[in-house]
Amino acid sequence: MCLGVPGKIVEVWDNAFMRMGKVDFGGVTREVSLAYVPEAQVGDYVIVHVGFAISVLNEEEAQETLALLAEMGQLEEELGIGAEGGADEVPGGIP
Amino acid sequence: MKYLEEYRNADLVHKILDEIHRITTRPWTIMEICGGQTHSILRHGLDQLLPPQITLVHGPGCPVCVTPLELIDKAIAIASRPEVIFCSYGDMLRVPGSEKDLFRVKAEGGDVRVVYSPLDAVKIAQQNPDRMVVFFAIGFETTAPPNAMAVYQAKQMGLENFAVLVSHVTVPPAIVAILESPYNQVQGFLAAGHVCTVMGYWEYEPLAERYHVPIVVTGFEPLDIARGVLKVIRQLEEGRAEVENAYARSVRREGNQAAQRIIREVFEPCDRNWRGIGLIPKSGYRLREPYAFYDAERRFADLHEIVTQESPLCIAGEVLQGHKKPPDCPAFGTTCTPRTPLGAPMVSAEGACAAYYRYGRHHPPSSQNPS
Ligand code: SF4
Repeated sequence: MCLGVPGKIVEVWDNAFMRMGKVDFGGVTREVSLAYVPEAQVGDYVIVHVGFAISVLNEEEAQETLALLAEMGQLEEELGIGAEGGADEVPGGIP
Repeated sequence: MKYLEEYRNADLVHKILDEIHRITTRPWTIMEICGGQTHSILRHGLDQLLPPQITLVHGPGCPVCVTPLELIDKAIAIASRPEVIFCSYGDMLRVPGSEKDLFRVKAEGGDVRVVYSPLDAVKIAQQNPDRMVVFFAIGFETTAPPNAMAVYQAKQMGLENFAVLVSHVTVPPAIVAILESPYNQVQGFLAAGHVCTVMGYWEYEPLAERYHVPIVVTGFEPLDIARGVLKVIRQLEEGRAEVENAYARSVRREGNQAAQRIIREVFEPCDRNWRGIGLIPKSGYRLREPYAFYDAERRFADLHEIVTQESPLCIAGEVLQGHKKPPDCPAFGTTCTPRTPLGAPMVSAEGACAAYYRYGRHHPPSSQNPS
């Protein structure tokens, strides 16, 4: 119930009570309430819980998180570890 | 899928794990609050990839697990009435009550329906004016705005055949209860990203300071969780205790104001019993007086005499507070399995016992065989 996954808004309309949207979760679409994300537009990615969008994902922040890769790469360089090679040799449990 | 795959990038996760290995010098115990995060950790094997000095214990953030037994029994009693259509999130159906579960009520002819959203229950009430529709409104702060909206909408529409059985709980008082327990081992927290999406994280700042404990707001993908752990370990190793946001693509300090407004409109704080843990002051929501008409406990006031009986074997309370892990329970995997659950954490998609069972962590970590 609490594993809200991100989906993309593909359509927006108003019903008698609130703003609604159609959200695409990688091919599966659902009708969700946009009552709590008044700023949301078609094309935005939202986190949805039990039929309600609770946030619009922030592209800039998302990029910043991913820029961590570069940051960690730099760190490894400073430590003299191969930026690419090292990570692949760790035995994995992550698919 | 955008915002998903890139946060499952194994190379990136391994880089963060390498950094965690590099900086960890001492044993540390960290709790992830949210059951969704527990499942993600076990599913991706993060628990087995962290340095052996780091222990992850699992928190109370499974709404199905902490819903008190007396409310499950009330739900069962209400759902058994012929005039009632009882609507619930699917996970609740197999949670054991004192004598049976909601699934059994359904098998015995009760009209129990699984809904995806509380608005579905409102719709069912509109379509069935001659029946009483009761929705089991459980959950943390994340589901409070949707559940509040269902009640708000029912009032706007003047729906008379709708009520909610409210069992809402909130995270910050639970963190206090965990930290104040004499058995507490937790030194740092991963705060639940979606709870904080709704409520923000300003409420956690005084807690980090007062108890000198790092709290890092964390998302649900492997990269998010690894990054949350890294930030907590960095703070612990450096002796800092701050609130940090490692899920900034969704969480802002002040949270979602529109969602908080409807929570305040419909609900007010109340003391709440947590299943297995006990009463935590001001740790829940109940309906405010103007919405009391929609309170199923008032509408079915004759149900108050329910006597509850918990399985004597279940140690869910200790699991939910991070004192023990599921394999420490003698019933785990023997008499208690997902098919024959004795306690709620073996039922719920977010329960720690179900996660340990599903992902093959059948032994305490010291004797764990990778499976
Ligand atoms: S394994 Fe079953 S009996 Fe043991 S704590 Fe978990 S839910 Fe309770």
